[in-house]
Amino acid sequence: MDTAMQMKILKDMRRVRKMEDVCAELYTKEKIRGFLHLYIGEEAVATGVINMLSPKDNVVATYREHGHALLKGVSSKAIMAEMFGKVGGCSKGRGGSMHLYSLEHRFFGGCAIVAAGIPHAVGLAMAAQRLNEDRQTVCFFGEGAMAEGAFHEAMNMASLWHIPVLFCCENNLYAMGTALVRSQAQTDLVKKAKVYAMEAERVDGMNVFDVIEKTKMAQDYIQREKKPFFLEFQTYRFKPHSMFDPEKYRDKEEVEKWKERCPIAFLEKKMREQKILSNEQLKLMDAEIEQEMKDAVLFAEQSALEDIADLAKDVFA
Amino acid sequence: MKISYREALKRGLREVLINEKNSFLIGEDVGAYGGTYAVSQDFLKEFGAEKIMDAPLSEVGFTGLGIGAALGGLKPIVEIMTVNFSLLALDQIINSAAFMRYMSGGQITIPLVIRMTTGGGRQLAAQHSNSFEGWLAHIPGLKILVPATVEDARHMLRFAVNDPNPVLIFEHAMLFNIKDECDEAVKDFNPYNATVRRTGKALTLISYGGMLPKCLQAVEEIYDAKTEIEVIDLRCLRPLDEKTIFQSIAKTHHVLIVDEGWKSGSLSAEISARIMECCFSDLDFPVQRLCRKEVPMPYAKHMEEAAIPQVKDIVRKLQEMLYEV
Ligand SMILES: Cc1ncc(C[n+]2csc(CCOP(=O)(O)OP(=O)(O)O)c2C)c(N)n1
Repeated sequence: MDTAMQMKILKDMRRVRKMEDVCAELYTKEKIRGFLHLYIGEEAVATGVINMLSPKDNVVATYREHGHALLKGVSSKAIMAEMFGKVGGCSKGRGGSMHLYSLEHRFFGGCAIVAAGIPHAVGLAMAAQRLNEDRQTVCFFGEGAMAEGAFHEAMNMASLWHIPVLFCCENNLYAMGTALVRSQAQTDLVKKAKVYAMEAERVDGMNVFDVIEKTKMAQDYIQREKKPFFLEFQTYRFKPHSMFDPEKYRDKEEVEKWKERCPIAFLEKKMREQKILSNEQLKLMDAEIEQEMKDAVLFAEQSALEDIADLAKDVFA
Repeated sequence: MKISYREALKRGLREVLINEKNSFLIGEDVGAYGGTYAVSQDFLKEFGAEKIMDAPLSEVGFTGLGIGAALGGLKPIVEIMTVNFSLLALDQIINSAAFMRYMSGGQITIPLVIRMTTGGGRQLAAQHSNSFEGWLAHIPGLKILVPATVEDARHMLRFAVNDPNPVLIFEHAMLFNIKDECDEAVKDFNPYNATVRRTGKALTLISYGGMLPKCLQAVEEIYDAKTEIEVIDLRCLRPLDEKTIFQSIAKTHHVLIVDEGWKSGSLSAEISARIMECCFSDLDFPVQRLCRKEVPMPYAKHMEEAAIPQVKDIVRKLQEMLYEV
């Protein structure tokens, strides 16, 4: 990865982290309501994968998707306004944190039913294939989703019909409070994916270099073989599942241990070792990000509320 | 020439598959088997495996795939073998297909059609005899079509496929062998409007789907010049064509609703409530309903017959309403 690319990746990860920090703060101020699921700790996964995509590629994500939307090109303004429930939001304030959509950016949610987006990704990829469109389809989901029927049904169909989807499992070890070992008989997720006669690889999700390398490898495979691929990203969420989670199911020490592997600190360290990152550069980067998020919050504050007269609009096309 | 409801469905489907370049049929046993109800017989040979996709037993999966394919620009026709198995796909149908447009602030369009057979009457017992179409009509974001005639079976699909919204079509299992004339080139066809199948001034009989032929037969049996009964075929359960209903009641002042679903929380309850809300003063008699008995469907023939409104039940009810007041 060249210097410019590493800079971009670092900045993207820091943007995602900063946006999540701002969201958490605004949540305590009750500017953002409903459920709020933060991606802090897992930034290397979406940043690495989505940076390997182009604007025309399809992304399907979950309710922990603020970062994915931002990285796919949805503006921080449109995302923040959505969280505020304002009409300037990317879903006009109809969806909130869990339902970010942007057709323009080929970002298809924002799905809050665990695993329900996975078959959508298979359909999207099939459509692109049949219409001879040059676009990839990437689907993100947690390891908890791998216990759902929708996951298994989608994996089977994608493999059976050679539908080129990149399945990205963000294995953060917990589905809300239920540890993987306590809920799934087969905890080797790569093995689990391979049951569907699909190629699969394990990735260090805290190391963005590994994320990028394996993503590229998977993309090459998909392109070459016209078949799906499964990646398991081993990662960790540093924050509670949502803002309501008292975190009784895991030890503080475990969380602290994982925090030592912070993907942002990891990349910074690597860049400093290569002597391509100075304190000044970092300061400048953070100032820019700070400004971006300030602008986003201002935009969200100032954006109008949807007219109640429009309540019934857009139920049908 | 008369054709069967099955043949009509088949012609409608074939026409769409030919004319709509990006359409395809996906479902369990739609290909090699020819469709559980033989609606897609020989289509695999004619259209090939890309357009006629035999799906694995994965109702959630292939319904979700259909949604994704619609998002991606195709025109999927998902066939769920019967309404009974649609329960497995309800999450996809409701939480995704019906809601996605609204949740996205109107950006997303889902031109998806889901077809399935519905209804009891074939001694298939509780798990294979449900009528959930009225129940699904509870959901904003879905359109629900219930073809009750050969002509509707022939022409509704074309409109559904060209609708930018998710449309569910319920084909009634007891209608597949009925035969009737079928105009291949209907004019002014709008599947979303209710239609008056028979005009009259004495009473409005509201029904749809598998109950419609029974209602028409019952009316035939008691027909006399003084007691002309108006029969409304709803055709579309959501959005509900209230206008046709209310106009008729303004004239007849008596209403009987015949619905194959259970009475509690049913479509018949909804229609009854709307009549009460909007044309209470037009009524000379309380709205009456004939529905499925509140039991899981029994297997034994006489018990099953007792559970579903039959012609004789409709006749008795009509007589009660017309003569004994
Ligand atoms: C079908 C369904 N069941 C339950 C829930 C409630 N729920 C929301 S997130 C979640 C845990 C999911 O864990 P995982 O898939 O690992 O993703 P993560 O939250 O760790 O990113 C649960 C149980 C839901 N939203 N959908």
